[in-house]
Amino acid sequence: MKNWLKTVLAVLALAFVATAPAAAQNNNFNPTKEAVKEEQLLNALKPGDRLTGRISIPDEKAASLIQPTGQEWRTFHQQKLPIIGGVAILGMLGLLALFFLVRGRIRVEGGFSGETITRFASLDRFTHWLTAGCFIVLALSGLNISFGRMVILPWLGPETFASLTALGKLAHNYLAFPFMFGIALMFVIWVRDNIPEKIDLEWLKQGGGIFSKGAHPPARRFNAGQKMVFWIVMGGGVVMSVSGWFLLFPYLAQNGVSDLQFFTSIHALLAVLFIAAMLAHIYIGSLGMEGAFDAMGTGEVDLNWAKEHHGLWVEEEQAKAKGGKVAPGAVPAE
Amino acid sequence: MARMKFLCDADRCIECNACVTACKNEHEVPWGINRRRVVTINDGKPGERSVSMACMHCTDAPCAAVCPVSCFYTTADAVVLHSKDLCIGCGYCFYACPFGAPQYPRVGNFGSRGKMDKCTYCAGGPEADFSTAEYEKYGRNRLAEGKLPLCAEMCSTKSLLAGDGDIIASIYKERVMKRGYGSGAWGWKTAYKETINV
Repeated sequence: MKNWLKTVLAVLALAFVATAPAAAQNNNFNPTKEAVKEEQLLNALKPGDRLTGRISIPDEKAASLIQPTGQEWRTFHQQKLPIIGGVAILGMLGLLALFFLVRGRIRVEGGFSGETITRFASLDRFTHWLTAGCFIVLALSGLNISFGRMVILPWLGPETFASLTALGKLAHNYLAFPFMFGIALMFVIWVRDNIPEKIDLEWLKQGGGIFSKGAHPPARRFNAGQKMVFWIVMGGGVVMSVSGWFLLFPYLAQNGVSDLQFFTSIHALLAVLFIAAMLAHIYIGSLGMEGAFDAMGTGEVDLNWAKEHHGLWVEEEQAKAKGGKVAPGAVPAE
Repeated sequence: MARMKFLCDADRCIECNACVTACKNEHEVPWGINRRRVVTINDGKPGERSVSMACMHCTDAPCAAVCPVSCFYTTADAVVLHSKDLCIGCGYCFYACPFGAPQYPRVGNFGSRGKMDKCTYCAGGPEADFSTAEYEKYGRNRLAEGKLPLCAEMCSTKSLLAGDGDIIASIYKERVMKRGYGSGAWGWKTAYKETINV
């Protein structure tokens, strides 16, 4: 009985063993053939991501195989940015030229009185010119990096242009620091007088009075237009500083090239808009309005100019000079 | 004229890094700069793939398009080279390159960048052929001697092919037909805007 059972079990075992190898031996699977292909991996990539693997180099960032986002960055920088920049900057210059031709230089209607009042102290003027001076060099060197190749290289030739651009890049990198300091200082000394108020709405409703003669909407130390410039400079300055910081120190970027592409794009885009806004500010402070430049030039402005454009501020200053503070809008007893 | 290209046969690459070592040695590439590197995908798993990656010398090179000082030029053999004299070390070529080929020695202000360095297809640079200046700045000029890039010559499995695009494409096609499958020519669609039909 036992022998018979052993034989049956042996036959069953043999049958099992005989069939098993045939099942395991699937000759169709070839790991190299089934390995990932480039198309597959690229299609599975999320936007902004890159194909990476393992490398023996210690720097992890070198593990990238293909980063398709570079192509998009190229398209933005070489095609979209020049259009946006052209429209913003050339458009603004065009608008200013048109305004000057139609409205002309805004005159002091009562004529110059000959008397002056102190508008900006040394600290105000120092801060303004520190920031403005840096801004001019930063703007020009920056525009050169983005557009110089199209506009200036054909004139100067490759060697001269490259030397000029290299100098511009150094100026850009080093002047960034006094510019950031100037922005911070501006905020500290002027934020108090730039908080938006009710009378600013009135000023805005009258369009600042720049479109018509005889209109002098209410303004204190800074009118609504100037407050807008202040906040544009603060906002723009902060964004440019933060994005610029990562371009100065590229090894701080956590995500490598994707972060740098992002910050470069932001930096370039904000730059052209910032420059367009500042062109308007520079226009009105120099050519656009008679008597305006003196404010930042010497710090002393004509009294008639001040009464016409910053009437409430003049009242406050004169009351202070007589001694004691005056509530805004209050009229002296005389 | 020949249109020079690189083709890394990812089915043959064994990640020996001979191409990396050959390039580093021949051009005396300084520490920290990796003109050529081998990247491995799915390391240790079935279907592991290694690809040797350096500058692909693209048609319509993105690096050349974005350079603010236009320091790149394409030779008659379609090799993309640049001038270190004009380079200002801004990094834009690195942002645009799909393969991460541009490298920097980090000697610029605040320890950033410096003059860009990359694979030259062993074709030197704008300086006179075989001059000391050319060797110091760009490395050896093998193409002027009529030789092919050293990385491909040193490849232990002949997976990295360098030479005229049509010739290496036909070699690769032959291999694919023989094997019955192929991994595709990695980077060809991005660099040369074409794929190899097998």
